[in-house]
Amino acid sequence: MSFWNKIKKNENIYYAVTNTKVQIGVVLFLLILLLSIIGPMITRYSYTEFAGPGYEPPSSDYWFGTTIQGRDVFTQTVFGLRSTILVGFIGGLIASIIGVIIGLIAGYKGGWLDELLMMLTNVVLTFPTLAVLIIVAAYLPYRGIVNMAVLVGLTVWPWTARAVRSQTMSLKNSRFVDLSRISSNHIIRILFEDIAANMFSYIFMVFILQFLGTILATVGLEFIGLGPTRGISLGLIMQQAVNWNALELGMWWWGIIPGLILTIMIVSLYFINTGLDEAFNPKLREF
Amino acid sequence: MGKYFAKKLVIYLATFFVAVTINWAVPRFMPGDPILSMIAQFQGLEGGQQIIQERFIENFGLDQSLIIQYFEFWRSLFRGDLGISLMIYPRPVFDIIKSSIIYDIIIVFPAVSLSWIVGNKAGAYSGFNKKADSFVMPFFYFLASSPYFWFAIVVVYVFGFRFGVFPTSHAYGTGMTPGFTLPFIINFIRHWFLPFFTMFLVGLGGWAIGMRNMIIYEKKANYSEYMKALGAKDKLVRRYAFRNGVLPQVTGLAIQLGTIISGAILVQMVFSYPGLGYRMVQAVQTQDFFLLQGCFLALITMALAANFIVDIVYMIIDPSIRASYEEEG
Amino acid sequence: MADTEETVLEVKDLKAYYRVMKGDVKAVDGLNFTVRRGEILGVVGESGCGKSTLAYSLISLNKPLQHISGEANLLGQDLMKLSREEKRKLKMKNISIIPQYALDAFSPTKKIKTFIKDMVKQHGRRADKEFMDKVKTRFEIVNLSHSVLDRYSMELSGGMKQRVVMLISSLLDPDLIIADEITSALDVTSQRYVTTLLADLRDEGIIGSAIFITHDLATLYQIADRIMVMYAGRLAELGNADEIVHNPRHPYTRALINSLPRIGIQHKDERLTGIKGTPPDLTDIEEGCRFRFRCQYRTEECDKSPKMEKTHQRHYIRCWNYESVGSDKNE
Repeated sequence: MSFWNKIKKNENIYYAVTNTKVQIGVVLFLLILLLSIIGPMITRYSYTEFAGPGYEPPSSDYWFGTTIQGRDVFTQTVFGLRSTILVGFIGGLIASIIGVIIGLIAGYKGGWLDELLMMLTNVVLTFPTLAVLIIVAAYLPYRGIVNMAVLVGLTVWPWTARAVRSQTMSLKNSRFVDLSRISSNHIIRILFEDIAANMFSYIFMVFILQFLGTILATVGLEFIGLGPTRGISLGLIMQQAVNWNALELGMWWWGIIPGLILTIMIVSLYFINTGLDEAFNPKLREF
Repeated sequence: MGKYFAKKLVIYLATFFVAVTINWAVPRFMPGDPILSMIAQFQGLEGGQQIIQERFIENFGLDQSLIIQYFEFWRSLFRGDLGISLMIYPRPVFDIIKSSIIYDIIIVFPAVSLSWIVGNKAGAYSGFNKKADSFVMPFFYFLASSPYFWFAIVVVYVFGFRFGVFPTSHAYGTGMTPGFTLPFIINFIRHWFLPFFTMFLVGLGGWAIGMRNMIIYEKKANYSEYMKALGAKDKLVRRYAFRNGVLPQVTGLAIQLGTIISGAILVQMVFSYPGLGYRMVQAVQTQDFFLLQGCFLALITMALAANFIVDIVYMIIDPSIRASYEEEG
Repeated sequence: MADTEETVLEVKDLKAYYRVMKGDVKAVDGLNFTVRRGEILGVVGESGCGKSTLAYSLISLNKPLQHISGEANLLGQDLMKLSREEKRKLKMKNISIIPQYALDAFSPTKKIKTFIKDMVKQHGRRADKEFMDKVKTRFEIVNLSHSVLDRYSMELSGGMKQRVVMLISSLLDPDLIIADEITSALDVTSQRYVTTLLADLRDEGIIGSAIFITHDLATLYQIADRIMVMYAGRLAELGNADEIVHNPRHPYTRALINSLPRIGIQHKDERLTGIKGTPPDLTDIEEGCRFRFRCQYRTEECDKSPKMEKTHQRHYIRCWNYESVGSDKNE
């Protein structure tokens, strides 16, 4: 049976869709995604222009208020969201791919290869990610969305690798994989069609975690001033807010609202993840 | 058990090795030759530029082959020579690190320990009480999802400015002289509180969620069923489940240390709290290359030391590791 | 053998269903039987016939399993009507269970002796020296070294774990113990040992009586005094072990006995007969004898649910046509 057919047959999809947490999470996430897509289209201002007087709290003219120089916070937020989501997606994809490949190989092959890969994983895991990113980003002459995403993706994959490896190891000894082996299927086919297809739900969950991990790491970098050199990003907004003493001046909307949107997005992703975990793991299903 | 430690040691050494190598390699291999541009920066400094240039050449061994440069780097490391800060010239980097590291420890250590302990208890409570669970979990999710620095911003705004209860920057007030006097200690603690509080709350969320999930899993385990079948009261079953749920939480602690330290860097930025993270970012902003290197290595070492402590704790509480120890001994 | 007339457990028309999204799984659908002191009652049937559910409904009624109707009187008290706390007090002391998952029955982070002490305290006993001496005596009965007390379960072999579980479950001398498929995961020698051990515990008076649940009739026959054959949640036949095995009257019992392989007979001499067909879906069951689709003695009457009839002293059967079955002798 091919990869996609095996996935479709999965009854887990039914449980996933009916799970409350998943439903709430998906709704919230889609709302924010929508915000990032439509927001830039409906806003009157650009994120650099001086849209109006500074110090303005949220009003009907300036939905999220204005910065100290008079830039519209809403505009900045929705454009920044775009950039953040994009980085999260690319970085998450890269991290997932690396993590899945390493996890599959380590889990399936075992032996010295496994030991080596696990050592590598542990080394990368022990590093405080931000510290590494700071050092490398500090020397990059140009920081764009894509190379930020790649950089971050290269540091967060260990989570996936470990998870995928343990799943692979338990699946490896299951009957249907043995059958596959007996029928002399090529190892790549075994890895992908049998193991990966059964782990698809799992890998999907893992991608969500990598996605949000990448976003958090990137926003952290942005906040320090090591975000993409051009353009606006959520972390940058908040950094500016802090640098201009927005909080002391009582301009809570500038520093807090962009971060709130980000936090809600991350909460929604966690909800989806936990909900999927319940859906896919019969032991966690409550009656 | 010996095998357990040996493996861990290898990983730590390897990590340290990689860290030093990254430190050494990054400035040399980045496009645009950061070293030269850094030297060029000091063109304005009278006489200073000579010293800096010599220092650079000496430290980087720019006149020698790459391999020798690499070894030289290790050598100076062992001598404790991390160079001289360009920003706070001419203070040795090692010195700066020594005085900064205390600020990291006093925030991170209590915050992590407390958030882990309280988080586990809270998560277990939530796992055992379905009613409390639906109330309390969204709150923990919110905490766990908050970026460290954003939560710090919220804390600063609410407690620092809105209610003006705590100071929001630096380790102690300007005009205060450090010493073991009571006014200083109080002032110090007041400055310490908000950064600590931030790290405590954000960490709490994650541990609570983790433990709650573990408890739900353990409640359905066969040993729980057996105990209940033999008439154990709920309290005992919970005790057993908690004890089992704690193990992965300790492992989790080791895994999260990197993230926690990253978070600490960001929190220090918001509070201008003079720990290693703060210094490191300052170093980037002022292109103080030696300080940047030094802070990076110090942070990595801190992370490794913390990992090591957690490993020891895990070994003590996991019977399967102790069991193999008894076999060997 | 039952030495007194004292009834330890009396089950009257017990019904327990699993209530799930798809509907009700009628796993135990009207069971009637008694267990006397000193007696070992074997419960046998195919997978899915409800025998393990019977164990759960007596000991641990967890959702989605629910008690629908009927009684289960243990020494006069109806287990189904007791409060949680009242029932808890009976466990381990009056009614106990040796679970299916012996290999996985212990918390990995507690030593065996800690577990024993904790459990015993739950029932108000002190784990003092006197008591621990009794524990050590029990260890000798099950042929285990005292050092096991200081071990963690992961340090024990499967056979050792099985014995520890039997020891702990019977530690407070229960009036009735339920042994739920305790031999299923074992090799033949271990099966023999564990089965004999159960009988020994009964002989020594450590266990008052036992319900031995298994799908393995041959093992059961070694120690059971009476045997209850279950099919699809209901009683098929219940009676003296000898009679059930050598003179089965219910078509299902007969088919079961006939499908047992016998040593010394090969495939070429005599084919192994199974029972054609599969057990019914317990969510989708209507009126009528549940075995009729696979039964060679089926008549029109069988579309109505057979009543439970008493054929003679403590022997019950649910079948309209058992008399015609009885007249066909087995080989």
